[in-house]
Amino acid sequence: MKLTLRVWRQKNADTEGTMSTYEVDDISPDMSFLEMLDVLNEQLILAGEEPVAFDHDCREGICGACSLVINGDAHGPERTTTCQLHMRSFRDGDTIDVEPWRAAAFPVIKDLVVDRSAFDRIIQAGGYVTAPTGSAPEAHATPVPKADADFAFEHAECIGCGACVAACPNGAAMLFTSAKVNHLNVLPQGAPERETRVLDMVAQMDAEGFGGCTLAGECATACPKGIPLVSITGMNREWLRANRKAGKR
Amino acid sequence: MARTMWDSTIGKKTVMAVSGLIMLLYLVVHMIGNLKIYFGAGEFNHYAHWLRTVGEPFMHYEWTLWLVRIVLVVAVAAHATSAYQLSRRDIRARPSKYAHKKARASYATRTMRWGGIILGLFVVWHILDLTTGTVHAGGFQEGHPYQNVVDTFSTWYGNVIYIVAMLALGLHIRHGFWSAAQTLGVGSRSRDRALKTVADVLALLLTAGFIAVPVGVMTGVVS
Amino acid sequence: MTDYADYPTGDPVADTKAPAGPVHERWDTRRFEARLVNPANRRKHTVIVVGTGLAGGSAGATLAEQGYHVVQFCYQDSPRRAHSIAAQGGINAAKNYRNDGDSVHRLFYDTVKGGDFRARESNVHRLAQISVEIIDQCVAQGVPFAREYGGLLDTRSFGGVQVSRTFYARGQTGQQLLLGAYQALSRQIAAGNVEMHARTEMLDLIVIDGRARGIVARDLVTGKIDTYVADAVVLASGGYGNVFYLSTNAMNSNATAIWRAHRRGAYFGNPCFTQIHPTCIPRTGDHQSKLTLMSESLRNDGRIWVPKAKGDDRSPERIPEDERDYYLERIYPSFGNLVPRDIASRAAKNVCDEGRGVGPGGQGVYLDFADAITRLGRKAVEAKYGNLFDMYQRITDEDPYEVPMRIYPAVHYTMGGLWVDYDLQTTVPGLFAIGEANFSDHGANRLGASALMQGLADGYFVLPATVNDYLARNPHQEAVTGEHPAVQEVLAETEDRLNLLLAVDGDRTPDSFHRELGELMWELCGMARSAAGLRKALERIPRIREEFWRRIKVPGTGQEFNQSLEKANRVVDYLELAELMCLDALHRTESCGGHFREESQTPDGEAARRDEEFSYAAAWEFTGTGEAPVLHKEDLVFEHVHPTQRSYA
Repeated sequence: MKLTLRVWRQKNADTEGTMSTYEVDDISPDMSFLEMLDVLNEQLILAGEEPVAFDHDCREGICGACSLVINGDAHGPERTTTCQLHMRSFRDGDTIDVEPWRAAAFPVIKDLVVDRSAFDRIIQAGGYVTAPTGSAPEAHATPVPKADADFAFEHAECIGCGACVAACPNGAAMLFTSAKVNHLNVLPQGAPERETRVLDMVAQMDAEGFGGCTLAGECATACPKGIPLVSITGMNREWLRANRKAGKR
Repeated sequence: MARTMWDSTIGKKTVMAVSGLIMLLYLVVHMIGNLKIYFGAGEFNHYAHWLRTVGEPFMHYEWTLWLVRIVLVVAVAAHATSAYQLSRRDIRARPSKYAHKKARASYATRTMRWGGIILGLFVVWHILDLTTGTVHAGGFQEGHPYQNVVDTFSTWYGNVIYIVAMLALGLHIRHGFWSAAQTLGVGSRSRDRALKTVADVLALLLTAGFIAVPVGVMTGVVS
Repeated sequence: MTDYADYPTGDPVADTKAPAGPVHERWDTRRFEARLVNPANRRKHTVIVVGTGLAGGSAGATLAEQGYHVVQFCYQDSPRRAHSIAAQGGINAAKNYRNDGDSVHRLFYDTVKGGDFRARESNVHRLAQISVEIIDQCVAQGVPFAREYGGLLDTRSFGGVQVSRTFYARGQTGQQLLLGAYQALSRQIAAGNVEMHARTEMLDLIVIDGRARGIVARDLVTGKIDTYVADAVVLASGGYGNVFYLSTNAMNSNATAIWRAHRRGAYFGNPCFTQIHPTCIPRTGDHQSKLTLMSESLRNDGRIWVPKAKGDDRSPERIPEDERDYYLERIYPSFGNLVPRDIASRAAKNVCDEGRGVGPGGQGVYLDFADAITRLGRKAVEAKYGNLFDMYQRITDEDPYEVPMRIYPAVHYTMGGLWVDYDLQTTVPGLFAIGEANFSDHGANRLGASALMQGLADGYFVLPATVNDYLARNPHQEAVTGEHPAVQEVLAETEDRLNLLLAVDGDRTPDSFHRELGELMWELCGMARSAAGLRKALERIPRIREEFWRRIKVPGTGQEFNQSLEKANRVVDYLELAELMCLDALHRTESCGGHFREESQTPDGEAARRDEEFSYAAAWEFTGTGEAPVLHKEDLVFEHVHPTQRSYA
């Protein structure tokens, strides 16, 4: 396959960026999108140009590092991560636009690499169960109904890639935050911190400069792990409940 | 606590949801009342007068009406203020646009902001037209709402403004009702279809019910 | 320069920390004998932890909970992305919830046997003991393990064992355990007990007066190289499988931290012990950048076969039952498709070498779920393996519900690593290595679902106790600042190395060298190794290294985000480590576990171990790049599990 790529190039956080055009040839449909970018980068290095910087690591769809907006879609046209997107999803001769995640809370570091440390700070605000090592009771002491365990798991699948923020017209992090809130709040182990968790995480989410939710649903459409939009509803419910309880105390 | 609620994006959304639902409830009552125009001037004008005497003798003349008006003004103000603040925040949160543009969310979702502004302007015109009579076409007669309505819908621009606004209203309710349910946390996977259906039905009924009035005037059924 | 293969043998090395006495009392004894640091004094001690995977994340969180000041590093943009996240199958624990005859002793026995009797008994027993606490700890953190309808934890069986002791969270167990550790770490970061440096890569170790006192690390965003000093350094930087270029490791997983520590005096244990995982998706072409593993749990229900006839290129559904060779079931009737990984991998290589492989290039075997779908129904298979099937389909564009999967072995895990004693301390005092970065618990072959167990055992339970002891015994170390001459010297060396890489300005990319080295290693130091092949590799690696320093091209500068520079610097270390791996493989003329020497096999082609000569762990001491290292042997004593030829037939 022969392709034309229009790629966002930006030297660093302090400079302006622009879309640059490149041609790549001999692309196999079995290549992953990132392998196609590897080919481009090898070309660029040998031509004495700077290769395109992009985040990637596991290349099997689980670490959440890769983060490209391809033709306007976070992670491209398939519902998967960029590393698991294959060139068979494109046609010979296509022009493909490659851009970084766009959000005020995710500033560009270089080219297609953005800073997602805001997500870490949201987790630090309350996305955990306080269970210091050694303090744990026997695992079978508290049975967890299978339905609750499955519900928790579905939300715990979030890989923290940030596609939800990238796709959201408001740059909101509601889906990311709600996934963790739902995961931990449904479990008996997470119950003691149920209220503080949601209040603190939402407060941190707001403090990071993410936008608000207009329930456009783009986040859930872009999510490679299928975290559902209703996850946000669940967080809203938890947040209102926590406020009510806080009011009573 | 109140302060943390208002400071939070979810809190502001909650304010929007609650105020929106109050306005929605009002609109349902308003729409049903409007349809009385099909039963003639007598019944319609009587109904309009009754609105001023509701609750008597406990309430004084027009007290209830003013109470409703105050609640509505507060709801509109709260709705608009949160919408304005949230919108500003949302725009700041996404300062640079994608070079490759793509719109996927539904039309109703994407038009919430503009739709809201259109509805706000409409409400101003609507009050100046049929409540105060300030911009009314043909002499406004206090206490003769039937004739006033017929006057308004006898002008082409009256019809256009009204019908466009009602279509915007339908779209606004379609996303707004479902959205409010999510914000208030009553949505769930199993309830989602039902909520969407209710939103669609409400949007359709309200739009159709309101538009029935100018249509009645235009077709001569109401004159 | 001496011939690299002419290595001298030095003094034996011994684990002086494991107490004597019955194996099941050793860990208790050690914990009791270990000194403690007064809780009030702990915050005065700084501990550096490199890596945030299962081992590093759990260690950082636990040390911080104990009150130490932890300074932690990861090269990823977030500690949540460490490659432990990609582990699919599960985590072993001797809970015996199934009442199927499991026990701590059986897990101990299975692991020593699975490791082909090349692991230290005391370490493995401790691992088995701690396994039960790990499950408790993770459940308390909210890890959503799979559960049964009664609300209790579900388990499944895994390769190399006959009990059901593997706890799992669908096909994402590693992810869930890692997120548990990451969340515990996040809590400590928020509390100010952990100073986290993401996107910061360790480039060298600082040793002062014979003790590990800090590291040199580069901020990958600004390019700034800085020094960090501490009272102890913990390496949790993972394995070195990426020496092979193609592996199931993450693209940026690398050996720099452990290799630089090795250069500074830490012995390297059993470098040639690499695990080739039998169930990976075959490569599709030269563009391949990494290989993807399909969880071994698939072997519970999938049946592995190839056509009986050579060169049979019919599509699988057209090959009748009696013309298929379910070779694992045929050769190993009692374990069948669940034989340990090394055996399954080698068997796949053998049938492919016979010309019976399937798919492009004949480099693949079928993993067929047709029987399982008939027996359990598509729905049940979907519930168990749905996400793995989806992943397979996404990569290959083939539907495994309809067509058998094609799999082929790939480099997956390195049992070798920095040599550590029972306390997980390397030969450099104050330098600890945990998780895959050390060599300790898996011997010559790791059993499935044991890596997660080891990483968390090391990080949550073992290391915090032993670091405590080290710091209690060395409470007053010389105060060191960044201005200390030894610190400045390491800093200058690191800067020089990177500047040199940038200065060559040759005509070959870092990837091209990495690929060349990887292909060489896979061919000559992969699934089957021979003296001739290894000698050839030992000849060629120095030549590649020489060419590297002549022709490498790294664009950009060192004072910016520069992924080519990061890559090139990692390749420098692969080029040295590869040589040591080949030497270790050459010197060990027996076959054991993942290390198969063609010269040492039984008449029917199975690995032949030679306990009289090789019942030891090889700990190599660095003497200089390209210089013959010194071999130190640690004798392995088996008091409880007597070495036998492993039999899975």
